[in-house]
Amino acid sequence: MACLALAVTGYVMLMTHPRLYWGEVGNSLTPALLELPISRNHQHGGWQGQEAILDGDPSVISANRTFEIFNQNGWGRSLHFLAAWIAVLTGLGYLLAGVMSGHFRRHVLPPTAHLGPRHVWVDLTRHLRLQVPRATGGPDYGLLQRVAYSVVLFVALPLAVVTGLAMSPRVTAAVPALSSLFGGFQSARTIHFAAFVVLTLFTLGHVFMVATTGFTRHMRGMTIGEKR
Amino acid sequence: MTRRLFSRRAALVTGLAGAGGYLLTRNLGQLPPTYGHILRMADNATYAAHRALLSDESLVREYTHGDISSFPAIGTTNPADAGRSGSELFSTLQRNAFADWRLSVEGLVARPMTVSVADLKRMPSRTQITRHTCEEGWSAIAEWTGVPLGRILDAAGILPEARWVNFKTYDDWADSIDLIDALHPQTLLAYGMNGRDVTVPHGGPVRLRVERQLGYKSLKFIRTIVVSSTFDDGGKLGSIQNGWSWYAGI
Repeated sequence: MACLALAVTGYVMLMTHPRLYWGEVGNSLTPALLELPISRNHQHGGWQGQEAILDGDPSVISANRTFEIFNQNGWGRSLHFLAAWIAVLTGLGYLLAGVMSGHFRRHVLPPTAHLGPRHVWVDLTRHLRLQVPRATGGPDYGLLQRVAYSVVLFVALPLAVVTGLAMSPRVTAAVPALSSLFGGFQSARTIHFAAFVVLTLFTLGHVFMVATTGFTRHMRGMTIGEKR
Repeated sequence: MTRRLFSRRAALVTGLAGAGGYLLTRNLGQLPPTYGHILRMADNATYAAHRALLSDESLVREYTHGDISSFPAIGTTNPADAGRSGSELFSTLQRNAFADWRLSVEGLVARPMTVSVADLKRMPSRTQITRHTCEEGWSAIAEWTGVPLGRILDAAGILPEARWVNFKTYDDWADSIDLIDALHPQTLLAYGMNGRDVTVPHGGPVRLRVERQLGYKSLKFIRTIVVSSTFDDGGKLGSIQNGWSWYAGI
């Protein structure tokens, strides 16, 4: 629930300014790394009063925005942070439990011996032919499954949280290293978006696999427990 | 095994929750109203967590002259033609290059006062090159020169029961900050931008800089400052009733 709210509100916020940059600075008067055609704000409605605002550098300009933009960030941001509080607190609980119970070590992290090209190739070709073993209903995860879960749990999710904090003016004032770690505010915003893309693709893949490998059994396993 | 894990986890969770609860209530006075709205409660949780966990004194990064960037002017770009209650007055002041502009400092202060732009320019100033982070997602770097708000409040003599500093602007915005942000050394009443006077599109003659919050807290076209002991949401002119978080330190 919280992650869905994060994804939706994050997307709404991106619609307000659908341009991504690298470094500290990026705005409609500077070049973008990537422009996403996802809202009417994507195409600028025009400027007036353009003027140079720094002696000795005519490329530093100011201009007045003359058009109303799409902006639903008021509730969007507040809901994003409400969901973030819930996701981070429950996520920490899950990580703690996963480490202490040995769940991560035994069931999630791929065994190093299996990370060789042969094992990966076998599991990969099987997945591509959709010859995936039926659900076992328990944490007896396959190799690709373990790799995907590990990337999500130990790379994408933590990165989303940390880049999120790196965009906060209050947090980076207290912990400046957080911002410089990613090369600046706009870089952190771009990486935050990349983490969103990875997590969304994972979720789509995950739901696809659940649906194709025994939907009812999975749903039972995830909620009321395995049928004995 | 399962039993032991649970008791250990319970112990940890209880300990963390206890420590969190202690930190959150420590030194935490009044919070902005939530009106029973869950989003406003989340805003307050972030505000309380920042105040409890992060140093009040920390400064935002200051950049070099070479980092100064282009800077879009958004929102009201001239209160004179914004059709607001302050429009006519602003237009009169603008015609005279703001020589008659006066800022009034009132409320819970020992010596209520009014200052002109020239008065501000005579006071000890601070110049800082900082990043403006707009809630929309863009950012820009500029050099700001102005009087630290703390100096003005010192000159006016804030009374012991003071808790909030409220601002009203010529384009009819009302917003407030707490004393921690008001007395922060980088919080300025800025009259200079990139070595020139702040232009009207960027909030001239005098705008606020609240560097540890998003751009919308750095109000443009400052008109009055009122120091208060109780929280004023600014009514229809304030951020909260327009659906925006009062605290934007994110």
